[in-house]
Amino acid sequence: MKNRDMIELAARNLRQALLRNFLTTIGIAVGVASLVAMLSLGAGLQGLASQKLSQSGLFNAIFVAPRVPPPRFGAPPNADVSPAAPPRSLDDDARLAIERLPGVAEVYPEIRFATEIHFADGIYATVVAGIPNSARSDGAFDGMTGTFFSSPDADEAILQISLARQLSTQPRSLLGQQIVLRYAERQPLPADPAPGNSAGGSPGFSLEPREQKLRIVGIVETEPAGGFGGIGRGRLLIPLGVAEKLGAAQAADLRDLLRDPSAPHRYANLTVRVERTSRVRSVEDSIKQMGFATYSLLDATRDLRLVFAVFDLLLGIFGSLALVVASLGIVNTLVMAILERRREIGVFKALGAADRDIRRLFFAEAGTMGLLGGVFGVLLGWLIGRGINFGTNIYLARRALPAVTISLVPIWMVISAIAFSVGVSLLAGMYPAARAAQLDPIEALRYE
Amino acid sequence: MPADDRIAIRAEKLTREYPMGDGQVRAVEDVSFEIPAGEFAALLGSSGSGKSTLLNLMAGLDRPTSGAIYALGRNLAEMSSQELAAYRSRTVGMVFQAFNLLPRMTLEENIELPLRLAEMDRAERARRVSEAAERVRLSARLTHRPTELSGGEQQRAAVARALVNRPAILLADEPTGNLDSATGDEIMRLLSEINSALGTTIVLVTHERERALQHARRMLYLRDGRLVSNGARP
Ligand SMILES: Nc1ncnc2c1ncn2[C@@H]1O[C@H](COP(=O)(O)OP(=O)(O)OP(=O)(O)O)[C@@H](O)[C@H]1O
Ligand SMILES: [Mg+2]
Repeated sequence: MKNRDMIELAARNLRQALLRNFLTTIGIAVGVASLVAMLSLGAGLQGLASQKLSQSGLFNAIFVAPRVPPPRFGAPPNADVSPAAPPRSLDDDARLAIERLPGVAEVYPEIRFATEIHFADGIYATVVAGIPNSARSDGAFDGMTGTFFSSPDADEAILQISLARQLSTQPRSLLGQQIVLRYAERQPLPADPAPGNSAGGSPGFSLEPREQKLRIVGIVETEPAGGFGGIGRGRLLIPLGVAEKLGAAQAADLRDLLRDPSAPHRYANLTVRVERTSRVRSVEDSIKQMGFATYSLLDATRDLRLVFAVFDLLLGIFGSLALVVASLGIVNTLVMAILERRREIGVFKALGAADRDIRRLFFAEAGTMGLLGGVFGVLLGWLIGRGINFGTNIYLARRALPAVTISLVPIWMVISAIAFSVGVSLLAGMYPAARAAQLDPIEALRYE
Repeated sequence: MPADDRIAIRAEKLTREYPMGDGQVRAVEDVSFEIPAGEFAALLGSSGSGKSTLLNLMAGLDRPTSGAIYALGRNLAEMSSQELAAYRSRTVGMVFQAFNLLPRMTLEENIELPLRLAEMDRAERARRVSEAAERVRLSARLTHRPTELSGGEQQRAAVARALVNRPAILLADEPTGNLDSATGDEIMRLLSEINSALGTTIVLVTHERERALQHARRMLYLRDGRLVSNGARP
């Protein structure tokens, strides 16, 4: 039989037992809806999580350290060390070379040093961290009080809330006030150093006490994660440009003392920001080729993705259960139809229908129910997802939290849910179709 | 066996057994005969003598336990079920005692059904349907459903459906069994007319000897599954 005739006959047969077939189709629609609702929740939550994670700035950053003998001060223990290129020192040339790599947005050193600040006759010990300008869009400063730095080298400071509380019982009142930073500046010594010259008293450079005035522009609640190696752990945040200009002595500088003091300044490590997360891998590889050790959190996201895959799988299995139950409805409906249409099937065969025609006719009926059920089910599932979204956002709004999207129905889900519904329905139609095709026409036509 | 167009149906030691209890029932036993093309043959016998079984073997709806049955020279016993379906679609038409029209289709759709199964294109279908309807004088009733027709009209529609594929052989199993005698006569005349006008070979199962003698030119008598006489009417 031609497909058009087949579909026409199938549609006619479905209309004939309208209520029964309608109910069966509704069953499938509910099954598909539960599947779509579950998967959309999975997709939405995953989207939400990866959005938050990429906002944190952790996932488009690469941590670069010299691949050296001797000691690897700033490098995390699991830094990836590749033997591809000879080790190279992490100096300004290297920094420039990395900056020129395609896909690199920004390269900056970690600057973090212990110091004391003077404020309203008090002296407080704290840790200062330089914050790159790109951190502005990270999301870490989203809920801050006050503003981000007005420019990359403004003499301004952002306080971590814990430090702000130390300075004042009313942290908000600190905005606009001035603090004084006292720190030790690293000063290179003349070529032939005299012993006992200054406070540092060592051959490479001396340390000079300095002061820097800063205006408080913001207070941040969350701990901004500016990169690796603990920038986030600073409690007084200043623009990176200001921090570099200060030239304050850092812990890693001691290493330089142990080596050739006349060598140019080297970075203990650099943080590389990549434009897009998808480029992290290629940029990381290039930096390794240059002879540095690198580390990125991409490895950590891989585990996260695995967790989500398992999560999705579980949601999918629970969602599918309803569809499996619904498919039993198809089996039932079609087996009933065989009983009712025994004589008709016999007539078809006597008039020249092959077993194949009968089988295809039943498949067409099962497939049509699957298709209609799938389409309505996706619609229903989408509505359920919208409902969950709506309810969640009302809840969040009451707690003054920003709205989120926790249910997402992408087009691939629409297509695959409908395809899955048709597939399951055809599978369910297999047994009834085979049984109908095998019906003995003589038995079916016997005159009663 | 060489194909012979002049022989419509030919049976050779044809046997069909059914299992029953511990043993077998031989519904058709060691039957051999020939029906020439264009013949109007009647298959007679008392109830349970095996008439329907034999007719179903000719229709390719059933397979023999042993022996051979040729239709237009091709052995049905050796065909695949796919080939048998094609044979039923193209070579034979069937008429039943119970009419067996599909109640939810109009007469037109009922008559058209074999053409759909034969994958004929739509324009040709419409032509064939109206031609067949005209032959059984039902052109005015095509949009009706079977339940809106009398028994005689329903059987005429069934005959039209059997003819619509222009089969070489028309098989009818007690087509007048559900009709009063006047209507039955009308159907018999219709079959005779088809036989003479179209040259269609007709095999008619009946237990009404008188009627058979009136229209058929060849009589086959079955008793307990065996063929007891086979002869052209003098
Ligand atoms: N499927 C079957 N299983 C077992 N026995 C069968 C089957 N079909 C037919 N028979 C037996 O075969 C014999 C012939 O049956 P058949 O239907 O061919 O008779 P018939 O001549 O057409 O009778 P009637 O005039 O009553 O229609 C009967 O004894 C019947 O009981
Ligand atoms: Mg019979």
